[in-house]
Amino acid sequence: MTTIDTTPTTVPDFGDTNETDRKICFILSKGTLDMAYPGLIMANGALGEGIEVHLFFTFWGMDMINLKTMDHLKFTILGNPATHMPQGLGGLPGMTAMATHQMKKQIADLDVPEVPEFLQLLVDSGAHLWACKMSVDMMHLDEADLLDEVEGIINVANFMEISEGAQMVFV
Amino acid sequence: MTTATIAGKEVTIDDEGFMTEYDEWTEALGQALAIQIGIDMTDAHWKAVRFLREDFAEQGVTPTLRRVSTIGGIPTKELFALFPKKPAKKMAYISGLPKPVGCV
Repeated sequence: MTTIDTTPTTVPDFGDTNETDRKICFILSKGTLDMAYPGLIMANGALGEGIEVHLFFTFWGMDMINLKTMDHLKFTILGNPATHMPQGLGGLPGMTAMATHQMKKQIADLDVPEVPEFLQLLVDSGAHLWACKMSVDMMHLDEADLLDEVEGIINVANFMEISEGAQMVFV
Repeated sequence: MTTATIAGKEVTIDDEGFMTEYDEWTEALGQALAIQIGIDMTDAHWKAVRFLREDFAEQGVTPTLRRVSTIGGIPTKELFALFPKKPAKKMAYISGLPKPVGCV
């Protein structure tokens, strides 16, 4: 073992002494692949920076934590001019399946996991998952229908308490 | 780029203090870098650091946290416990590698 020279030098600031307790809450309201991923990727980045992260799933965002739908999120050309495809094509049989397959492949090529595995990754990194009570009621769901890692079914008032002092991102 | 003397060795570092020359790194240096950021290296820490070094040599980029977990075989939870708060950056720093550029 060599002697350790502890002469001061430039050391990166990893924010360990930072007392600001930065916190970000993501409200995820969409369940298509192209709307699910942006929030998940940003949440993952925030967790990697040591930031406290809460994800609140509401409306179609529930599809990400609903055990029946989480493995079957789709992507469609219909109503999405950003695909630069003729909108009429999107209505043809099989087009949504094809577009979904293509997008999943592109995401997998980047070694980004599918949504259920991604949620597990976020939870392992310390994220907190919450389900929206009104959406749960509206869709006639209960806790058993949701991913185990969801910490609770909460109303907006509960979420406002959790998100106090946080930065908010709505997707 | 500037130079710094760490563990008695002169090395090249960037503005933030990350080492920039792959071949200048040794495990003794890694130990010294870890001490600078308050990490007490154990066998588990070394397993991660050695994976980063090997993977960088093969791929030419610093592996992301997910890669350390899926290819390196160290669970994400454990990485956060070993290198608290900013595991990807801290591992890169100790390993004498650039910060990872991948998002996931």
